[in-house]
Amino acid sequence: MSLIAEDRPNSYIGSSVPRPNARRLLQGRGRYVDDKTLPRMLHAAFHRSPYAHARVLGIDTAAARAMAGVVAVYTGADMAREITPWVGVLTHLSGMRSPPQPALALDVARWVGEPVVMVVAQSRAEAEDALAVIEVEYDPQPAVTDMEGALDPAAARVHPDLDSNLCWDRSVDVGDVDAALSAPGVTVVERTFDFARHTGVTLEPRAIIGDYDAAEDRLTVHYSGQAPHMMQAVVAKHLGLPEAQVRVVAEDVGGSFGVKIHTYGDEMATLAASRLLKRPVKFAADRMESFVSDIHARGHRITARAGVDDEGRLVAVEVDDITGIGPYSVYPRSSGIEGNQVINLIGAPYELANYRARLRVVFQNKAPMSQYRAVGHPIAMAVMEGLIDDLATATGRDPADLRALNLRRDDSYPSASPQGMRFADLSHEACLEKLKALMDYDGLRAEQARLRAKGIHRGIGLVSMVEVTNPSPMFYGAGGAPISAQDGATARLDASGAVHVANSITEQGQGTDTILAQIAAEVMGVDLAQVHVTTGDTATVPYGGGTWASRGAGIGGEAMLQAARALRAQVLEVAGQILQAAPDALDLSQGHVVDANGGRVRISLSDLARTVYYRAHELPAGSRPELIATRHARVEDYPFVFTNGAMASYVEVDAETGMVTLLGHWVVEDVGTMLNPKLVEEQIRGGVVQGIGGALYEECAYDEDGQMLNTTMADYLVPMASEMPDITIGHVSTPTRTSQLGAKGAGEAGTAGAPGAVMNAINDALRPLGAPRLSQMPMTPQRILRALGRVGGEG
Amino acid sequence: MTGIAVTMTVNGETVSQTVPARTLLADFLRERLGLTGTHVGCAHGVCGACTIRVDGVAVRSCLMLAAQADGTDVETVEGLTESGALATLQDAFHRHNAAQCGYCTPGMLVSAADLVAAGGSPDRAAIREHLSGNYCRCTGYQAIIDAVEEVIAANAQQAEANA
Repeated sequence: MSLIAEDRPNSYIGSSVPRPNARRLLQGRGRYVDDKTLPRMLHAAFHRSPYAHARVLGIDTAAARAMAGVVAVYTGADMAREITPWVGVLTHLSGMRSPPQPALALDVARWVGEPVVMVVAQSRAEAEDALAVIEVEYDPQPAVTDMEGALDPAAARVHPDLDSNLCWDRSVDVGDVDAALSAPGVTVVERTFDFARHTGVTLEPRAIIGDYDAAEDRLTVHYSGQAPHMMQAVVAKHLGLPEAQVRVVAEDVGGSFGVKIHTYGDEMATLAASRLLKRPVKFAADRMESFVSDIHARGHRITARAGVDDEGRLVAVEVDDITGIGPYSVYPRSSGIEGNQVINLIGAPYELANYRARLRVVFQNKAPMSQYRAVGHPIAMAVMEGLIDDLATATGRDPADLRALNLRRDDSYPSASPQGMRFADLSHEACLEKLKALMDYDGLRAEQARLRAKGIHRGIGLVSMVEVTNPSPMFYGAGGAPISAQDGATARLDASGAVHVANSITEQGQGTDTILAQIAAEVMGVDLAQVHVTTGDTATVPYGGGTWASRGAGIGGEAMLQAARALRAQVLEVAGQILQAAPDALDLSQGHVVDANGGRVRISLSDLARTVYYRAHELPAGSRPELIATRHARVEDYPFVFTNGAMASYVEVDAETGMVTLLGHWVVEDVGTMLNPKLVEEQIRGGVVQGIGGALYEECAYDEDGQMLNTTMADYLVPMASEMPDITIGHVSTPTRTSQLGAKGAGEAGTAGAPGAVMNAINDALRPLGAPRLSQMPMTPQRILRALGRVGGEG
Repeated sequence: MTGIAVTMTVNGETVSQTVPARTLLADFLRERLGLTGTHVGCAHGVCGACTIRVDGVAVRSCLMLAAQADGTDVETVEGLTESGALATLQDAFHRHNAAQCGYCTPGMLVSAADLVAAGGSPDRAAIREHLSGNYCRCTGYQAIIDAVEEVIAANAQQAEANA
């Protein structure tokens, strides 16, 4: 069966059908966790540490317990009896260490925002009233904030039991970098980059409801997140419940982006409180809590150098990355993957023989840092693409030409990078060519030159990039985490001829349910409206990983394809029995079994199903049709399925004010088979804007005592409609060889490439002004003016 | 805590309740009336997710107390859906995929409806400017602008035809 949309009924794969389940959301009929009210439900609020590092000397909860509406108050010690601590290390990240993390702080609080005391009350307002009268006696300790300072032997220790503040270090050394960079005729550039911490700012803050049924010793978790089965395993293990007694339900999720896929102490405590009190307990973070307790992202200082020979060919890259992760490596995915991806992915688009990298992951007294959309990619791409632009400038080459010279050839796959990343089915050259045409590169360069003469500073920034998608078990499972790399799909035909599908991938607005319906409808030859999709409930969907690492379409979609094909084969077999025809002489179309040749209608799916379910005595003896099939899929042979793309940003910089105007943004991405081009494009656009946020606006600003200074949306800037450009998207499609569906991931590429493109564009605009290159994100007006020498100061 | 008696019209129905003085209008709608289509994203009046109509004007329901809404006519996404006031925008949002997670969408629709109702032919930049008080983390905004632009263009065409 072809997977390319054909001109025949029910050809949905490759078609931009609108999302059927979006209508509910458009009418305000979403079912987000905080919308749910359960009988006898209580509400939780948390006292959080006001210090980045402090010993907890005493907690007085007497006054709080006496407050109206208060049902219970729990300290760290109380919760330690209910919840075992967790350790966020992956065994395949060799040498990584992180101390056990309690749900609520015990004798030491290690970041501003760490939960210390929990109040459960009849309402959130009453719980917050009680927080005001809780007395916690703290003994402030020196805070470790700067990530380089954290490694000073004289630095205070985040964890006194460890001999330093180092969580993990990793080195890569392939080829001979020193010889390559010192060879005659080689031009070498070097640059230090600073990437601030930012955070997810999901519009729906984290929220959870624990609903413990003491009669059955069963805990139902209403979860706003991406990985229900992982959550089930984590909750069961640390609350001491059998896994099968924990049900995790994720209905509508108001944005996640990697924020809501981790283990949070306040959420675990909420579940434990439900078990202690034998009634539902809800916790819904407010925005300030989100800023200080959601995972933060990025936070890197990187020094990198690279060289090209006299023909412009890249000879070597060297990188030193230090990244600060807060006081604990986050469980169960760790906080090591971010930095690991940075050093794994730098240089990936290019032919490169010599590579050396050092990564140091350090503890500090700030909010925990972990995986967020495009994990490590924006850093890796910005560093490499920044160096490429520097090399172009240093050697007098056009940046697009220098990329074209060095990109991996489209006919060179499979291949591997010095870091051991394995590539197949990529199209860097085609994407760059298409990008240049899409944006009219030569025309923009001419316009830029024309306007420069008039004192208008415009710049063009390019990025060639890869994205890790569809991970195999090598990502997490191999490191001991309870995270499935496979996904499961079930397809069944009901008595009315409707198709019901269930899948372990989840929906946070990407269009997961829609692409699953498209696949099933096409294979089963039914109208899209005849497919009913269930996701996000461990009680009803097959076991699987969920939606993260751009794996939903590629892995969950492949499972769906195989399950639907298996159901189709069952239907055709029983149709053959009913119609006394060979199954391969039959086809499915528009809700009917038809002749494969000529399309004559033979029997409707509903008649077939009713025969099977109601009048099976009419079937031949021994016929036992199932009309339900489950299949699982995972990626074999390759650790990841890489995608590739090329991106460009066109900006104007006001040298007087430091303001950046985004004039245009172009993306050409190869996601393999496109199940729904519109949904692919909207994933890319949303991702680009998230990347622009990190490039220009977003920063978790801390003072030297570890206080986060901008904990409201009035202070922490996010991209809004008025500043964002229209984003033009083109496609190259090279299906992955790892599946029959051929789909790669599309969820993170935009975020991966955009910051580097914007940074290169700004530097391109500023180049004639003789300003030092901007290498610090976000690139705020103040930092731009400082680079131009117009204002002083630092930070 | 002393209660305050409030009476208002919510989506065409008269509602009389006694609320704690500090109750936000957004919380009143969500928790007392079950109108969970109104979302709270920041509670500081910045993100726009809680935007509703009070006496025909788009307001942030997180910046208003329930007591302040006494005697007013309140419309939320549920009522504006039922009346058909948002139907054209909802249809355009659907076709353009202008909602992903959907959490910003009710507020975004109410803000967009304000601009549509104002008439005229605002260009894309003006539409972006009007919606710049509504935060969306998913879409990157372009599809939203496309949808609103289409509705405005259709209305302008209709107005021309009627002229």
